[in-house]
Amino acid sequence: MSQFLLDVRRLACSFPPGRHVLNACIDRYHFTVGLAAAVVSGRVSLLPSSQAPQMARQLGAFAADAICLTDEPDCSVALPQLPYPSEPPGGCVEVAAAAAQEVPQVDHAQLAAYVFTSGSTGTPLPHRKSFGPLVSCVREEARRLGLTGGARWAILATVPPQHMYGFESSVLLALGCGHALCAERPFYPADIAAGLERLPRPRALVTTPVHLRVLLGSGVALPPVDLVLCSTAPLARQLAADAERRFDARLLEIYGSTETGQIAIRRPTHAPEWHLWTGVSLEPEADGTRARGGHIEQPTLLPDVLEMTGPESFLLHGRASDLVNIAGKRSSLAYLNHQLNSIPGVEDGAFFHAVEPTRSHIGVARIAACVVAPALDAARLLEALRERIDAVFLPRPLLFVARLPRNDTGKLPLAALQSLAAQAKSATPA
Amino acid sequence: MSDQVASLRHPAATANADALTAEVAGLIVQALNLEVTPAQIAPDQPLYGEGLGLDSIDILEIALVVSKQYGVQLRADSGENTRIFGSLRQLVEYIIAHRTK
Repeated sequence: MSQFLLDVRRLACSFPPGRHVLNACIDRYHFTVGLAAAVVSGRVSLLPSSQAPQMARQLGAFAADAICLTDEPDCSVALPQLPYPSEPPGGCVEVAAAAAQEVPQVDHAQLAAYVFTSGSTGTPLPHRKSFGPLVSCVREEARRLGLTGGARWAILATVPPQHMYGFESSVLLALGCGHALCAERPFYPADIAAGLERLPRPRALVTTPVHLRVLLGSGVALPPVDLVLCSTAPLARQLAADAERRFDARLLEIYGSTETGQIAIRRPTHAPEWHLWTGVSLEPEADGTRARGGHIEQPTLLPDVLEMTGPESFLLHGRASDLVNIAGKRSSLAYLNHQLNSIPGVEDGAFFHAVEPTRSHIGVARIAACVVAPALDAARLLEALRERIDAVFLPRPLLFVARLPRNDTGKLPLAALQSLAAQAKSATPA
Repeated sequence: MSDQVASLRHPAATANADALTAEVAGLIVQALNLEVTPAQIAPDQPLYGEGLGLDSIDILEIALVVSKQYGVQLRADSGENTRIFGSLRQLVEYIIAHRTK
């Protein structure tokens, strides 16, 4: 704790002038020091939704004074970089030692971060996150998870700290509720199992359906844990049951969004219903559900179809069709289409769901695209897309066609696109 | 460079590696539902990022298939991670060295 305060004060003293810090640290401890150093020095952390090169340029345009805090030796973010850890400037060591004697007090209303989603017009949308609401949200989470009994939990997460779910359920849950976080972000099943094994109990695993499926399928011996937390995409009930059995633990699932943060929880092996955070209310609307109240700073239209089953409980019936969620990274077909059609040489193009997302519980459902671009080949088009969108959204398959199957009104019926994809697949040489 | 190394090996070992390379390429194409044929994956082409264009979710998927098929558990903290997925050839060499079935 005292080392953390010292690290925070040293880094806070090392920041160049300017108010915005893109925190790209991979190590969760480095990230947390960066976040806290920004908070205590009155700076705002920028948490991007994607690592695509265009995102850094757009964040630079959003905040001209933005620097990038990075712990990677070959960080490619095109902003002025502050490497971490590095020696603080002269004088900082003494200043920090004095300041680290006390735990900083932070104003409830202080702006702590902007978390970005990809807007539908090509510009990332910033969402304000004030310190007080962030902390009250994760304290509610701690109560719901049973992490308030005085025991100090150790939290291991497979999700990045920049993603809203990882930000809340690993970084803030530890920082705001007196628990310990694991600096590393284990990737392979054997890494996750070994990482858990090293932790004292009680210990929690914060993960996603993608990681859980690979972890359970790999045959790696799993150590017992005391809680498994899952979010970012619908979790099949059977997978939840397997996880509970193999880990000998409760599995709780979180529902939330970048805009609202987490707002509901359920235990899928016990009941399909979600239970809302205190003070949050949901109202069905024509094209989604409006969430407001509690820690939510800005009423938000969630692109999900929900059915209220009580004042604080609901069933989730699926995503509105424009939304794309791949492995916790979210975008919309409108945004992806905008990016595709802004590439020089693309005359017309559209992304679509080659298979219905709900029908593909096994594996990750990718999205397909049809494009009219006689002057481009697949490699050049993919290279241009890679510049603009996160790699998980790169089309698979990418179909080059003479024209898109638009109907009389110019619309693209999904069935026509899917049949194009099916024809192309059957024509591929085996 | 790696071609020269391969040519120095015992012919039977090279033949086995070639067969395994084709098999692993087939597993990758099948697991990831790729549009290419196994033979189209050049053994020295990068798998990750540019090259074949796989991302971290794909790499996890390959790790799962490789663990099921060959009993090889990949580890990121072995420090070899970048190299293992540097190319199909390197992945196959890693499998040969570590397979338990």
